[in-house]
Amino acid sequence: MPPLSWRWVPVWRRNYLVWKKLAAESVLGNIIEPLFYLVGFGMGIGAMVQEVEGVKYMAFLAGGTICYSTMLAASFEALYSGFARMHVQRTWEGILNAPVSLEDVVFAEWVWAASKSFLSGTAVLVVAAALGLAQSWTMVLILPLAFVIGLTFSGLGLIMTALAKSYDFFMYWFTLALTPMMLLSGVFYPVTNMPGWLQMVANALPLTHAIALGRPLLLGHLPDAALLHLAVLAAYGIAGYLIALRLFRRRLAS
Amino acid sequence: MTLSPALSQAMGNILAARGVRKSFAGREVVAGIDLELTRGECFGLLGPNGAGKTTTLRMLLGLARPDAGEISLLGNPVPQAAREGRIRVGVVPQVDNLDPDFTVRENLVVYGRYFGLREKEMDQRIPALLEFATLEARADSRIQELSGGMKRRLVLARALVNDPDLIFLDEPTTGLDPQARHQMWEKLRVLLRRGKTILLTTHFMDEAERLCDRVMIIDHGRSLAQGAPHALIAQHIEPEVVEVYGEGVETWFHETARPLSDRAELHGETAFCYLRDPGPLIASLQGRGSLRFMHRRANLEDLFLKLTGREMRD
Repeated sequence: MPPLSWRWVPVWRRNYLVWKKLAAESVLGNIIEPLFYLVGFGMGIGAMVQEVEGVKYMAFLAGGTICYSTMLAASFEALYSGFARMHVQRTWEGILNAPVSLEDVVFAEWVWAASKSFLSGTAVLVVAAALGLAQSWTMVLILPLAFVIGLTFSGLGLIMTALAKSYDFFMYWFTLALTPMMLLSGVFYPVTNMPGWLQMVANALPLTHAIALGRPLLLGHLPDAALLHLAVLAAYGIAGYLIALRLFRRRLAS
Repeated sequence: MTLSPALSQAMGNILAARGVRKSFAGREVVAGIDLELTRGECFGLLGPNGAGKTTTLRMLLGLARPDAGEISLLGNPVPQAAREGRIRVGVVPQVDNLDPDFTVRENLVVYGRYFGLREKEMDQRIPALLEFATLEARADSRIQELSGGMKRRLVLARALVNDPDLIFLDEPTTGLDPQARHQMWEKLRVLLRRGKTILLTTHFMDEAERLCDRVMIIDHGRSLAQGAPHALIAQHIEPEVVEVYGEGVETWFHETARPLSDRAELHGETAFCYLRDPGPLIASLQGRGSLRFMHRRANLEDLFLKLTGREMRD
């Protein structure tokens, strides 16, 4: 068992305090980007494709966009901001001189990046609701889901942070992992439109499982096999966190 | 891991280490360091770059795991209970790692939270910390607006946020101008007067001589000498030094300096003459207009160079 303590909380609070200072800009970004995504793609493609799986294209797209945005929010935080705190600003070094262990710090980063997903998910949900794309009570469940998706991608992202020598390294993660995932996991079209072998690949990707949960919740019904999808997200997130922790130990505490 | 009887006994000491070793990639960086700090003293860990000072500090704090040896930090075995030990410890790192997103005051508040301090406690302590660091007028400044000396004082104030018994300082005055260095020394003296224990690393020998009750000179991860600065100088070095340079120094060195000195070295264009009675040597220099000289008392730097050599360390 890693020697974790409640002292991860002040580390989380430190990150929250920094975010709060820049909250206006951050929230604006969280709203504007998905808004353009939904309006642009939704109207542009929606003009050609009226309905997908029995709903208007923009409503279909909204569920994917929420999951995709929360994935990106956690990834940016765990990679770029996490690397800044660990390496560039030496924030972790200062924290580790206090009675806080590396386990506490990495756990706080994991949860904090997921908190950013929660904030981003909230913003997109507000946009979707304002556009009339979410009308059922089930949409509220998107909020805890956003946090879980955040844990998944922040856990995986922290592995990259632990391995990085500089910011440039993160391009690999975005271009080789996240972008393909966005294109294969059913953000823009149903996974079932793809050939069988690609569907198998898609089913191994965490974003596919995130969307399998998020889309029905936004459209107003409870997802099928919800526990299975949650288990896949949790497994990716926890495995990512534990691997990242080992790598951080080797990098910083050997 | 159980502590050896000797170390258990030394637990009365605020910090104790025995036979601490550490290798990186097959190279032994710390090769068996023993040290003990008693309450209220200022202890200096001296050594050239790469001697193992910072690695030793990291192990004492429980931030790096030693390959061998035992460490006790305020009675807590390290690294097992390093977190408990660090509750009563303050650290001033070599490179400033203040939070650039926060003001001076926020840096202190946020750091206090890592120690589990309550907001009320912090509200009481922060004015005194700002006053100690002479930063009262800067409480709401951003870090980027501070000078190097101010940043250093803030890092020191931050290290005091938990009212520590033991303070680690890793090269506290590197990169500071003389005014800021003197001010830093003054702050450290105040802390010693208040009964704090200080462990500092430095490669400024004048700093160590001014502040430290005891020093340990290390190189290649080993202790070369340990004791009170003046006792060490008296023990290892002749009390007087004459440095001579100028036209014809080499000939003068071989003909005059050697017979008249207890020990003499020629490095580049300068002769270093170590002796008990400098009278005859200085008399021989009068009237030799081409040679310039400086007569001074032997200091810790002479001892340091004698023990660690004069080659460059990069």
